[in-house]
Amino acid sequence: MKHLALVFWFVCAVCELGTVSRAYGHGFAGARFFQATLSTDDPFVSDELSLPTISTIRTPDDGGTRETDISVDIAKRITPQFGIEIGETFTALNPHEGRSTNGFDNLELGGKYQLLKNGPHEAIVSLGLDVEVGGTGSSSVGADSFSTWTPGIFFGKGFGDLPDALRFFKPLALTGVAGVGIPTSASSRSVTVNEETGEREVDIERHPDVLEWGFALEYSVIYLQSQVKNMNLPAPIDRLIPLVEFALETPLNRCAGGETTGTINPGVIWAGQYFQVGVEAIIPINERTGNNVGVIAQLHFFLDDIFPHSVGRSLFGGTK
Amino acid sequence: MKSRLLVLLLIVLAGVARIEAHAFLKDAKPAVGSTVQTSPNEVQIRFTETIEPAVSSIRVFDASGKEVDKRDVHLDRWDHALLHVSLPRLQAGTYKVMWRVVSVDTHMTNGNFTFRVGR
Repeated sequence: MKHLALVFWFVCAVCELGTVSRAYGHGFAGARFFQATLSTDDPFVSDELSLPTISTIRTPDDGGTRETDISVDIAKRITPQFGIEIGETFTALNPHEGRSTNGFDNLELGGKYQLLKNGPHEAIVSLGLDVEVGGTGSSSVGADSFSTWTPGIFFGKGFGDLPDALRFFKPLALTGVAGVGIPTSASSRSVTVNEETGEREVDIERHPDVLEWGFALEYSVIYLQSQVKNMNLPAPIDRLIPLVEFALETPLNRCAGGETTGTINPGVIWAGQYFQVGVEAIIPINERTGNNVGVIAQLHFFLDDIFPHSVGRSLFGGTK
Repeated sequence: MKSRLLVLLLIVLAGVARIEAHAFLKDAKPAVGSTVQTSPNEVQIRFTETIEPAVSSIRVFDASGKEVDKRDVHLDRWDHALLHVSLPRLQAGTYKVMWRVVSVDTHMTNGNFTFRVGR
């Protein structure tokens, strides 16, 4: 892993000595800069690196289990409108009783196509497909042996086109995602032996299709200062984006229909020129999700700004 | 281990030494959303990055949508992140400034804001 990081930065630095061509940035729709959100995927096709994203929360599993995830995600534009993503998560599980365990979750791959972008209305719509590759992670941390395909639609809308009478609402923006997670296996069978009777017991776990949906409502102080009214706010307040994210899942079939779980995540992001940092609370929406508040934090790099002439530009069609 | 970290740091710094980014509005005169008592001679916008003047613009419109600036956008002689555009004597009213800039690394950004001349 250390070698990979070294090679990555080396390639980036060397490539910076290369050519100059026109590049378009990520996260912009007209005058609106959309920062990357922590808990729900944003609609932009971009060159980004989230390293790391760390979250921890006590889940209701096994009488209460502290789950800590450390993940890395990288997104790369192939063309200005199409990009790919790859992500991996290391999970540590510490149950209230019993032995702790840790390991890698399944590899996650994704592709996203930017369908439309409207500058004056600060709007964007994208289509995407994510794949959790079954069997690539450790079953000890719950990684599935089967894959899950999740086609989805992503959107973003800034409110900069509101009338001037509502100018202090212009820094508001909404991003969101809706997709259906479709497992490649409808159910799993596991066989255990009853210690008292010695009989074999077959346990069938059903894997429903799941509607994965979420949205983020954010208020950009950057937008307020540069587009609406300069309030002379000092650093670092002048680059804050308070936000609240809703990350939700609703099973659709196989005896689990309608049992929505999810979290409400209020927090704040500080966005600089080359990176952003964000932190959010993770608040379960119901008892099915859990009873304890967790936290998620992320350091996120804008590769197109750090390496505009190499890994930060699309591989093809960069002059478009 | 220490030598590897040092090499990594040097490589990162080599990249960071060249980094350029999207140009954000840093400050403006007249200030964003402000009211000025007398007609300003020009609009100045300072950006967070050095600007490519040939493909950058600042346009100022009155309330009826008519462009009122003198169409002479130019880079500041000493500060290459500062753009100017001259204005005629403005009547009292609200004016909209629309800017579009390309930073020297070719990233394009745009934005707009209003200021008011009140007498």
